[in-house]
Amino acid sequence: MTWLHFMIFLPFVFALIVPFIYKRLTPRIHTGWFVLIVPLTIFIFLLMYIPKIAKGAVLTSTVKWIPAYDINFTTYLDGLSLVFGLLIAGIGTLVILYSIFYLSKQREALHNFYVYLLLFMGAMLGLVVSDNYFVLYVFWEITSVSSFLLIAYWYERDRSRYGAQKAMLITVFGGLAMLAGLIMMSIMADTTSIRETLSNIQLIQSHKLFIPAMVLILLGAFTKSAQFPFSIWLPDAMEAPTPISAYLHSATMVKAGIYLVARLTPIFGGTIEWFWLVGGIGIFTLLYGSFNAVKQTDLKALLAYSTISQLGLIMSLLGLGSAALHKDLGVDESALYATAIFAAIFHLVNHSTFKGSLFMVVGIIDHETGTRDLRRLGGLIHLMPVSFTLTVIGGFSMAGLPPFNGFLSKEMFFTAVVNASHMEIFNLQHIGIFLPIIAWVASVFTFIYCMILVFKTFRGKKKVPKLDKEVHEAPIGLLISPIILGTLVVLFFFIPNVVSKYLLKPAFASVLPSLAHTVESKKISAFHGFNTELWMTIGVVALGTILYLLLRKWYKLYRFYPQAITLSNLYNLTLEYTEKLAKSITNFYMTGFLRDYLVYIFGFIIVIIGGSLVLFNGFTFDMTHDSPISIFDIGIVIAMIISSVTVLFSKSRITSIVAVGALGFLVSFFFVLFRAPDLALTQLVVETVTTVLFLLCFYHLPQLKKEISRIRFKAVNAIISIGVGVVVTMVALSANGTHLFASISSYYEDSYKLAGAKNIVNAILVDFRGIDTMLEILVLTVAGLGVYTLIKVRLVGGDKDEETK
Amino acid sequence: MKKPNDIIIRSVTKVAVVIILTFAINLFVSGHHFPGGGFIGGLTFAAAIILLFLTFDIETVRKNIPVDFKVLAGVGVLIAVLTGVGGMAFGESFLTQAFGYFELPIFGKTELATAVIFDIGVALAVIGTAITIIMTIGDDR
Repeated sequence: MTWLHFMIFLPFVFALIVPFIYKRLTPRIHTGWFVLIVPLTIFIFLLMYIPKIAKGAVLTSTVKWIPAYDINFTTYLDGLSLVFGLLIAGIGTLVILYSIFYLSKQREALHNFYVYLLLFMGAMLGLVVSDNYFVLYVFWEITSVSSFLLIAYWYERDRSRYGAQKAMLITVFGGLAMLAGLIMMSIMADTTSIRETLSNIQLIQSHKLFIPAMVLILLGAFTKSAQFPFSIWLPDAMEAPTPISAYLHSATMVKAGIYLVARLTPIFGGTIEWFWLVGGIGIFTLLYGSFNAVKQTDLKALLAYSTISQLGLIMSLLGLGSAALHKDLGVDESALYATAIFAAIFHLVNHSTFKGSLFMVVGIIDHETGTRDLRRLGGLIHLMPVSFTLTVIGGFSMAGLPPFNGFLSKEMFFTAVVNASHMEIFNLQHIGIFLPIIAWVASVFTFIYCMILVFKTFRGKKKVPKLDKEVHEAPIGLLISPIILGTLVVLFFFIPNVVSKYLLKPAFASVLPSLAHTVESKKISAFHGFNTELWMTIGVVALGTILYLLLRKWYKLYRFYPQAITLSNLYNLTLEYTEKLAKSITNFYMTGFLRDYLVYIFGFIIVIIGGSLVLFNGFTFDMTHDSPISIFDIGIVIAMIISSVTVLFSKSRITSIVAVGALGFLVSFFFVLFRAPDLALTQLVVETVTTVLFLLCFYHLPQLKKEISRIRFKAVNAIISIGVGVVVTMVALSANGTHLFASISSYYEDSYKLAGAKNIVNAILVDFRGIDTMLEILVLTVAGLGVYTLIKVRLVGGDKDEETK
Repeated sequence: MKKPNDIIIRSVTKVAVVIILTFAINLFVSGHHFPGGGFIGGLTFAAAIILLFLTFDIETVRKNIPVDFKVLAGVGVLIAVLTGVGGMAFGESFLTQAFGYFELPIFGKTELATAVIFDIGVALAVIGTAITIIMTIGDDR
């Protein structure tokens, strides 16, 4: 247990407190002020680690969770985790600050909002620092669930629910695939720790599960990071409040996939499959996202597609950079390709700063004008000068223009694709030239949508009459966060080497430890001579400007984009047909008759248990150790047979109930005979209570009627009941005769020494196997509440006043 | 439920309930060394209250025992879970129980076990659930 663990649990603890605080604080103080403490503390805490980590230190510590399965919460804080941690906590702070002014404390359910946000934050932090595959997976899914809750924050809206469901289905599908991949990893490496896997890479790479594991894990990473074709959930997730979009869908959650790919690069990198899957899908996503962003008319949708494309860019860089680990390469060549990884980390940080600020500005525009529709916006430059400046900073940075940080990483991206085109491995000789071309075309589109974002919103004719509100600049509170991010965008351009020294190089060193020395002396400079990359940028600006100015002429081309076969449509159809299929299957067997269900259940028991008894020859009858049968036993058995037969043939319901009760009490006699007073007591009391329950229900039950039933009906009953009887008897006899393992009962004999209890039964119940009991009472309570709701909810439906009074 | 007006059952119940309740508590306390424990103790306790329900009116009993049994069940589960967490605070795994012998003023040397707290949770959950179910079904018409 270290401070780092406390920091990760801090958001979860606060999530528990927030609802109570909320009750006290509202409507005096905005709950956000209270929540703000959490990310700020974590951020400052992580800042203090920067010097240590920059020197190459790695902090690990373990808290045991399920040691028996080698599942422990081991934290692993290195350069990469630190960069992500700082982004999560830093942008988290700004987003919460922003949300204080964005979400009204009178109108919104703030406690829900902040609880989900804190859950999400804690999960993200846990994800990036955990070293254990399964702990990582748990945090991974908490991010899915909490983002589902956040997207559906305005759950009265259909679109919100739709978007939340879509995001959930896709990311959880990916998450499950990833779980399978992680299990394979742990099987191959014989460890559940990422760090230990790294030391066994040779062992893994020749394993036959290597490729399946890679593909499954990538499914998880791609769905989370909205790579093609899983990107469709991201635009719909924009239904969430803007602070959420800024946080989840630009800065953090969608980067979980990037993190995972970066983290696993040392394991999978250097193989052709990884190179093509990560690099190829990444670069295609870049093109797809930027192409689609141009046609969007909603500002947030535009940003969503731009996020997709930027994530594709980072992903493709990671893919290209992984080539550096190829075993046939010389040191110099490796170093050359490894630059791509460095660029990926740099662009990741830059993207978080400029995209975060852009989302916040769009939120401001939405807040102040009441619309995000580009067709209704325009001419805001004089009304909102600060927002305009911020959009220029963010937009130009995204377009890759100086003097903003996006320029630097964009240049490095071009360097990486140009290098990759010369690569002579992975069959790149012939098609390698397409990489720079695709990257360049995508950059042109990127340039165009950035210009649309900046100029369509703020320049042009004032269309204010179309708007419902009096438009003016946002209050200072809303502006603080984007201003800070905008400042960073500029600052990073002028001091890239400081950032590089303390953040990027350590992060690079944790992705590619064997090549860490190659970036040691690397300097990032804004001007690097008139080389290919700079000419590419100039080309992008030139063609981009022309195309932007002629936008109206060629915009019609988008109409030819097939709407009917989009992925989103495919998703909707799949969902619709799955539901229909599920419904028809369910209707087939859910007949509404209790008898049918009993037939299924008992039928399964006979087939599965009886079948496996026959199949695996499970009959072993060993009567030698049985105790002698006394006269009392025979007497009780006869009485039991009589009472059960009475149930079958009784004409009145009360007789049946009494007979069933008698059966139960007779069983407890058996326990007395076999000297199990505890069981006898329990059986007696349970029997009493259930008999009373029966009698209570008696009031509601209809009178018994003479049953006139067909012979087939009776035959099925007979077969089922005889079958169950035979199978259960067989199982009981066989269980008695089988001794597969040594008995564990001798351990419990020491109950007085181990648990201080003379009563073994109770010692087992509360001490040795306490978790069973705990879950049992949980089940019991849930069942009780179930009965309560089933009966009471029906009352509410029929007669509202009776329940609500 | 119809209001029963049986003088015999009323007179018997008044005495019997006290006996059953005492027995229930005895069962609960003796659980550690002799037959008994949270589950049976709780059920017996519930049986006593159910007897009250049968003899008198549900409304009457509810007025005299103003406890929300759903909440009681929840509290029980919570206690059980928290005792489990308590073990973790001392660096042990979840649900580790401890016991010790202490010199107490009246009882002399007495064994105290954390398992009892856990058992209280079990008992409360059982009482709460059993009575919730009975009350809901009995109340329904």
